Amino acid sequence: MAEPNIHIRGGHLVDPTNGIDDTTDLYIAGSRIAAIGEAPDGFSADITLEASGLHVIPGLVDLCARLRDPGQEHKATIDSECRAAAASGITTLCCPPDTTPVVDTPAVVELIRHRASQLDATRVVTLGALTRGLQGTHLSEMAALKQAGCVGVSNALKPLASTQIERRAFEYAATFDLTVFLHADDPALSVDGCLHEGQVSTRLGLRGIPEAAETVAVARDLALIQQTGVRAHFCRLTTERAVRMVARAQFDGLPVSADTAIPYLYLTDLDASEFNPDFHFIPPLRTQNDRAGLITGLRDGTLGALCSDHQPHEADAKLAPFPATEPGASGIDTLLPLTLKLAQDEQLTLSEAIARVTCGPAAILNLPCGELGVGRVADICIFDAGAHWRITPDNLLSQGKNTPFNGWEMPAQVHYTLRDGRIIFTREA
Amino acid sequence: MSANLQIGEDGRLRHFLSIEGLNRGLLTEILDTAESFAGVTEQSVKKVPLLRGKTIVNLFFEASTRTRTTFELAAKRLSADVLNININASSAVKGETLLDTLRNLEAMHIDMFVVRHTDSGTANFIASHVQPHVSVINAGDGRHSHPTQAMLDMFTIRREKGPDFGRLTVAIVGDIAHSRVARSQIHALNLLNVGDLRVVAPRTLIPAHVESLGVRVFHDLQEGLRDADVIIMLRLQRERMQGAMLPSEHEYYRLYGLTRERLTNAKPDVTVMHPGPINRGVEMDSQVADGPRSVILEQVTYGIATRMAVMSMAMHPVSSQENHG
Repeated sequence: MAEPNIHIRGGHLVDPTNGIDDTTDLYIAGSRIAAIGEAPDGFSADITLEASGLHVIPGLVDLCARLRDPGQEHKATIDSECRAAAASGITTLCCPPDTTPVVDTPAVVELIRHRASQLDATRVVTLGALTRGLQGTHLSEMAALKQAGCVGVSNALKPLASTQIERRAFEYAATFDLTVFLHADDPALSVDGCLHEGQVSTRLGLRGIPEAAETVAVARDLALIQQTGVRAHFCRLTTERAVRMVARAQFDGLPVSADTAIPYLYLTDLDASEFNPDFHFIPPLRTQNDRAGLITGLRDGTLGALCSDHQPHEADAKLAPFPATEPGASGIDTLLPLTLKLAQDEQLTLSEAIARVTCGPAAILNLPCGELGVGRVADICIFDAGAHWRITPDNLLSQGKNTPFNGWEMPAQVHYTLRDGRIIFTREA
Repeated sequence: MSANLQIGEDGRLRHFLSIEGLNRGLLTEILDTAESFAGVTEQSVKKVPLLRGKTIVNLFFEASTRTRTTFELAAKRLSADVLNININASSAVKGETLLDTLRNLEAMHIDMFVVRHTDSGTANFIASHVQPHVSVINAGDGRHSHPTQAMLDMFTIRREKGPDFGRLTVAIVGDIAHSRVARSQIHALNLLNVGDLRVVAPRTLIPAHVESLGVRVFHDLQEGLRDADVIIMLRLQRERMQGAMLPSEHEYYRLYGLTRERLTNAKPDVTVMHPGPINRGVEMDSQVADGPRSVILEQVTYGIATRMAVMSMAMHPVSSQENHG
């Protein structure tokens, strides 16, 4: 069925790519944006969305969201998470390859795509495994994975067996122009750690993960990126020093990008001081100084993207002593509001904040979305910046109710989400 | 930390999870109560009926004969019924979660859990999930806390040096990084307003930002011991050598082992302590361990009275008698 023509009337458009920050109309014909401002000749709207008083921005692109499907459907499913994402203004989700089975064959890529395509919800793209089974020893069939639709390759949170394997993996990925997504961690330094190595880990007697676990890895990876010429993306940086190292590499012309995730911008290791497993993250929550460094990196563009690092868990995964709990938080529901809060708190401009969850990640994934240019795919999020809601596990739409932001007041509520010119979410009045 | 969890609304001890979060008054109350129980343990009939009818479970997920025995003895001297359960991860191997294990035991109408576990924070976790009438005593969790050991050490120091901790210089020597005992001792000594608190070890055994706990760091043993009133030696786990934290036992002993000669840097009436078991010829030589300044065996004796104090205070025997009345 052909998509309807849609007229979004009187919204406050913010599109960092095209420098739009204005109250105006937007017209969608089929799956694409037909015009901004004046209706195109002969345009007849099948649907008109009243957006007066609302913001209209590109649909969000979440660079890292675990859907747990296939393999851990007791935590979440493609169905549950894509619907939650649509309700949160996210139109594209990128999932890392650490599903069960691992995304190391075209069949698994196809399985995920097939399940996602059954839904009228958020688009799903996948990273392929860098090594077979993420075991870190044998290269995966990267060319086949790319052909199957993988937008990059990654070893997720798993270590590689050696620096030599890493070098070969980079060389092989570069052969097929695949971006390598890197978890910057020296496993020997972070082994068994569960909290940033500092005052809090010392006080609580928790095994610390030193800053050097990240910076040593970034230094090693940068050397191999330079050696091999591969395009690389550093995922979820957490330390101020690592951001500076990446900034220097970018200045030197290396093909590197980087992101961080929402929790690292609001929380620090101090939040874990009561053994609350909601604050158990890998990489760990760092210090105030690191948090400031990440915000600086987002502001100056060193960090081109901000993601949810969505990790939905069943309740039992967090019901254990801190080191025995599974790390990570559910983040899909809070990506947009906490990104907007950065602007509200004047850490970033509104345009900068929106860019980091739209065009920034789209560029890293090399996807033709994340902007409102005429002729572009009509992925759109329409939200009320004046609405407020309080986070509780019960009102998260994700199947994962594990959030460190329980009780926080959130700005912004999504009213409509459109993907490929189709309305995939409408907030009930 | 853990103050709300440990202290009931009436201001009394509800669980005993860590020294941190308690106040000096409560610590002194524990020591005073232990003093009263020390008299009991020195009598021919070493029992009081305070916890008669109560059931205490020693829930040990980590092997420990000495600590478990002292807890068992303390409970029996309070007339409680005691069960010793060594889990040794068998339940976990069978797929049972810690919470499941706890719920099953609770269903047997337990009044108190004494818990030892390899994960830091386990006692806190259990305390936050038990039923309101159940108390939890931390018998050592990971590297975090071993509060009854710290209290028996404070009791020992008070008996040896008197109640004024403010005039004391205390040096804790050894593996600070991995020691739950050291962390609890540091908190207790600071709460009792110790004059000068030092930790002594090579950098590999000193945790990050340890100064924030209120200690001075020394890497040279002789300097660290200078004019000390109390020296607390810590046990060195042999795996630290294999873990590349130390080159050898020999070098450790040469640099950090406590000998009679090195003891001369401290005050002449220095008290030497060790939580046991001792690695003789690694942490200290036998002449010191068995020498006149050593109170290592007294620590073991006092451990029972101290644990009796903590158990009885957490269990609120008076209110339980009211319930029975």
